[in-house]
Amino acid sequence: MNLDFSDDQKFLQDEARKFFDKEGGLANTRKVMDESLSHDEALWEKVLELGWTGIRIPEEYDGLGLGHLELCVIAEEIGRALAPIPFSSSVYLFTEAIIKYGSEEIKKNVLPKLVTGEIVGTYAVAEDMSAITESTLSCAVEGDSVTGAKIAVPDAELATHSVVLVKGAKGPELRLVELNSTEVEISLQKNLDKSRSFYKVAFNNAQSSLLGDQGSGWESHVHIMDQAAVLFAFEQVGGSQQALDMAKEYAMERYAFGRQIGSYQAIKHKLADMYVAVTLAKSNCYYGAWALSSESSELPLAAATSRVSATKAFQLCAKENIQTHGGNGFTWEYDCHLFYKRSKVLSLNLGSEASWKEKLVSAMEKTNTLN
Amino acid sequence: MDFNDTPDQAKFRAKCKEWLDGNAKLKDAGKRINVESNLEELIAKAKVWQKKKYDAGWAMLHWPKEYGGINATPIERIIWGQEESKYDVPGSIFEIGLGMCGPVMMQYASQEQKERYLPPMAEGKEIWCQLFSEPSAGSDVAGLRSKAVKDGDEWVINGQKVWTSGAHYSDYGILVVRHDPDLEKHKGLTFFFVDMKSPGITVKPIKQITGTAGSGAGFNEVYFDDVRIPDSQRLGEIGDGWKVAITTLMNERLAVGDAKGADVNEALSLAKDKDDFGQLMIKNQAVRDKLADWFCEANGLKYTKFRTMSALSKGEAPGPEASITKIVSANKLQAIGNFGIDSGDMAGMLIDEEDGMSSFQAAWLGAPGLRIAGGTDEILKNIIAERVLGLPQDPRADKGLPFKDIPSGK
Repeated sequence: MNLDFSDDQKFLQDEARKFFDKEGGLANTRKVMDESLSHDEALWEKVLELGWTGIRIPEEYDGLGLGHLELCVIAEEIGRALAPIPFSSSVYLFTEAIIKYGSEEIKKNVLPKLVTGEIVGTYAVAEDMSAITESTLSCAVEGDSVTGAKIAVPDAELATHSVVLVKGAKGPELRLVELNSTEVEISLQKNLDKSRSFYKVAFNNAQSSLLGDQGSGWESHVHIMDQAAVLFAFEQVGGSQQALDMAKEYAMERYAFGRQIGSYQAIKHKLADMYVAVTLAKSNCYYGAWALSSESSELPLAAATSRVSATKAFQLCAKENIQTHGGNGFTWEYDCHLFYKRSKVLSLNLGSEASWKEKLVSAMEKTNTLN
Repeated sequence: MDFNDTPDQAKFRAKCKEWLDGNAKLKDAGKRINVESNLEELIAKAKVWQKKKYDAGWAMLHWPKEYGGINATPIERIIWGQEESKYDVPGSIFEIGLGMCGPVMMQYASQEQKERYLPPMAEGKEIWCQLFSEPSAGSDVAGLRSKAVKDGDEWVINGQKVWTSGAHYSDYGILVVRHDPDLEKHKGLTFFFVDMKSPGITVKPIKQITGTAGSGAGFNEVYFDDVRIPDSQRLGEIGDGWKVAITTLMNERLAVGDAKGADVNEALSLAKDKDDFGQLMIKNQAVRDKLADWFCEANGLKYTKFRTMSALSKGEAPGPEASITKIVSANKLQAIGNFGIDSGDMAGMLIDEEDGMSSFQAAWLGAPGLRIAGGTDEILKNIIAERVLGLPQDPRADKGLPFKDIPSGK
């Protein structure tokens, strides 16, 4: 029985935590919010220098050739620091899609540049205010030309390329599209978390290359979502833990009626509930990490369980952290709102909690892995 | 990350299996396990099985050799437990003795006493119980009132204990009582072990919420009327009762784990089978939402346990994560029980004439007890807040007061 990260992986996590602290921590998140930036450029440059965008890229394409577990520990620290960088869209989604479904030629052209940062990727799915399905997909490809609009696409301004889920002749397809083109129009969309940027991306006969096989695009898309769900769940766990730690520290420092508010059972039980939620989420994420790294057939169930559990934990911890801070928690000055907003964006970015619960129960109906 | 045994663990597991194969039958999957309703038969069968294990060295794996153990590691105990649970063997009536009384005796009894009492305990020849809770001392167990008065080389005990599992068939018990009500609450307590057959002890089974006195693990009230205990049966110094009790309680909280009974798989099977509102329940969004929540909880607990085992497996001390188990599982059990009952709509309250209560009904009726036993939800949340998160203790109204001056309601 070894449901734990290796010493090397823990060391990497520790280094990542120190790195984000040293580079300014939440101050970077605030700067991006306050100055309406798309991301923290200096921080992103340093992440590229560390080689983290190439963690999963095989050595033959200039990457580090490491596994998903290394990515999980970095994700947890990104979540804890609320790092305002396009790491998740480029690494968990775009890079994984290229590694898994790109032709040899695409891999040769794209992967080494993802390591250097010359290419930054994103992943475009949503089209309107409802969960997309195979039959509602409207953005379409004809020949190799993509036409249609995607919304809520993360980091599209900085990104040079996108994987786009489109309707093809034989069903959904994943398509690789270059974004710096006159056939692509990108416009910023306001969102609840100003430390992350989302865009509308309109394609007008934009040139594209097929990823994977024609007709199996939906399965490929679902697989990429499942993988990313585990990685984002680690971000959510990192954020949950940090929100709990903040609430705890405040409950120790703040006095009311002549004593620390953390000595009241109302606060203790609130924080204990947060601890329970984080612990369950973390354990579910370890299961997700195992399924992801071992390419288990349990991934759909493990991913949905990690995702739902981590979504619940982060949303609970973020809102109760504000509550514990009282009026201060509602100010711009205190950091509570940064976690509240990130928890909401992370609860939606791969589809809502309800849609993942639906996936979870569908997977439960097919498998029976408990006990 | 993997779920595999190390080569040593695999070897140990194979040894467990080999012995179990030769001495017990595997559980028949799908067949309902017969719960022995006759107490005497249950005790007799449990004693036979315990003796068999003891003779072969499987009874108390982690105990030292001289008391019947093999100095096993924590992970070996877990492996044994996993393997034994696959076989149709009698439920244990020795858990309190072996899990709580044994460790206290090992730490505080004299050499002579250890040699006298520990082997029969491990062998299942003598059964032990734990006499802590009182009618006015539950969560605040240090507020107990049973009195011990020194008389020569003996102590005279008067008072009442409650919620004592198995007192009606126990041979010995560990007991904490107040020797001095003029001292502060925690300082006036002293710890003993007592022969349950002593004159003056009366055991009365408690009629529970179920309307019965429960099966093997049934609870009792235990009355002490001028019961005499030799001073040699004192464990720890006079006034050290709380310190000794805490050791025991920590063991109890680890022992009270997962709430057994109707689980998410059973809820799923029901939902797949049963119609409601003109369609299968599983098609109902509200039902699916609940199943997802329960799966997240059950799966989270399962892998929390795996994380603890992973730490033990590497010879590390496990983190505090196991502290969430009882809160989550007892509440989940109550919710799943409720769900199963409600699925019967107007007739959900009916109890089947032949089969008796459904597992959902049994879960619903038993869960309130599990949310209380071994630390209430509220006490466990205090423990998480104070011991895991490091929050300050509540200010105490009884702090510094002699016990006799502490306000007490009813």
